[in-house]
Amino acid sequence: MSEQATARYTNDFLREVEKNVEEGHWVKMCMQCGVCAGSCPLGSAWAHPPQEIFMMIRAGKREEVLTSDSMWMCTSCYNCMVRCPRQLPITHIMHGLANYAHRLGLSPKGQPTQATATLFWNNLIKKGRVNELTFSLALYFKDGFVQGIKNALNMQAVGFGLMKAKRLNPMEILGGHAVKDQAGLKAMIAKAREIEDRKKGFAK
Amino acid sequence: MAKKEYAFYPGCSSQKGASASNYLTSVNAMCDKLDVTITEIPDWNCCGASIGYAEGGELPRLALSARNFALAEQHLPGKEMVATCAACWLAQREVKDRIDHNEVLLKETNEALAAAGLQYQGTTPVRHMVEVLIEDLGYDALKQPVVKPLEGIKFAGYVGCQTNRPFGIDGESFENPVYLDKLVETVGGEAVPYDQKVTCCGGALAFSEPEKSQKQIRDIVESAYDHGAEMIVTPCPLCQANVEIYQSEINKKHGTKLNMPVLYYSQLMTVAYGGTAKEAGLDGHLIRATRLEDITKK
Ligand code: SF4
Ligand code: SF4
Ligand code: SF4
Ligand code: SF4
Repeated sequence: MSEQATARYTNDFLREVEKNVEEGHWVKMCMQCGVCAGSCPLGSAWAHPPQEIFMMIRAGKREEVLTSDSMWMCTSCYNCMVRCPRQLPITHIMHGLANYAHRLGLSPKGQPTQATATLFWNNLIKKGRVNELTFSLALYFKDGFVQGIKNALNMQAVGFGLMKAKRLNPMEILGGHAVKDQAGLKAMIAKAREIEDRKKGFAK
Repeated sequence: MAKKEYAFYPGCSSQKGASASNYLTSVNAMCDKLDVTITEIPDWNCCGASIGYAEGGELPRLALSARNFALAEQHLPGKEMVATCAACWLAQREVKDRIDHNEVLLKETNEALAAAGLQYQGTTPVRHMVEVLIEDLGYDALKQPVVKPLEGIKFAGYVGCQTNRPFGIDGESFENPVYLDKLVETVGGEAVPYDQKVTCCGGALAFSEPEKSQKQIRDIVESAYDHGAEMIVTPCPLCQANVEIYQSEINKKHGTKLNMPVLYYSQLMTVAYGGTAKEAGLDGHLIRATRLEDITKK
């Protein structure tokens, strides 16, 4: 079949995912067997398990997919990937979708994993090194933050509101580890981001 | 035994003062006894870990790991890279896999690296420390230095996810890998059967989704008790941290009495090889492994 011929049967969102989402070109290979749907450790928290997400992409449900909380429940456990009969890199597609939704500003506001990940990354590119463990552990032991977590759970908005307001910046506790060639590292990341943004249509 | 040398990628969690620094302490002691030399890759950077994707996207993440490879190739040519952190090892391996098989991404990654005056050539494989132990040295060689076998101590070998999937250790199954149990037995301990061996602890979501992750962690610890284990042993720094740290919080919330030490394989080996409690990093735990501490005093 020529590419033009298949294109008629391909809705726009699937094409968008194929083009702009990490490993998105794999989505069309899913045969809806459902094996991945039972693989996620936080399974009950997924409104739409991976299998369903793939179906929704093909059905063109752009808004529903990109605003979903589901991909953010991925713990990167790779259960799905070693089981998928079609060998889809499901973990990476979930990460890719989450990243894409976030870049488009469509991910759910105050999503805790997203908020954490952003702080993590921003710290990382500042110094080249972070400490994800001290990062979560120290947070956990700081009275202020434990309260922050409880707030985040009980009164969603409050805890992460504080975080956004920089009154609870967890990165304060990180030590002084850093790479020496910070200029090089920053230039490298900037270049990588520039290329990716150009390719994925985020270039300003 | 021929001396083995590697380019070492310690990862952020093993830095001085960080929470897995006792992992590094015990790895150093263990390598010393085994005559393995690990030379830190100069100026290595964080790999982005499992949640780097959310803000970092694809190419910046590829560039981060590629930079580590480029530095190893430049400063420690011909040496294989070895990582002790499951997430670091996985990230490096994934990136290598992807850029070695995708010319466009390879070109773009090198374009980014060029901004830092570096180039990725793809000549350096990356291994997990466990692979070095069981593949390059072998169980027999690991047994030789044992002077204080961990007799009578029952361990639950908690492999977790990222040392196990999607790559895993060659020849091991995803559902029931046995290398960790074998390592326990090699140093004289007893490995109990354990049905939560490859269950995910929640990973980086232990922080952002505490309730959900703690449910995982509770299962992991309770199953170890159910199978008669006294301690849990793991190859992954995040598993170690998550499974140890949150026990008290789970107790508080659910009235459970979880209090099980969670150790690294390298600590078991260091103790069995006659190392001190300090060399084994046993002072770095919230839940102390007193029976191991006792062995070091013998
Ligand atoms: S396991 Fe693979 S083929 Fe089956 S539904 Fe999931 S992604 Fe599709
Ligand atoms: S890696 Fe993510 S998507 Fe795959 S099973 Fe684990 S949580 Fe689910
Ligand atoms: S995975 Fe964790 S320990 Fe490894 S380099 Fe990245 S942040 Fe550091
Ligand atoms: S078990 Fe937890 S910490 Fe260990 S690799 Fe899996 S997600 Fe990471």
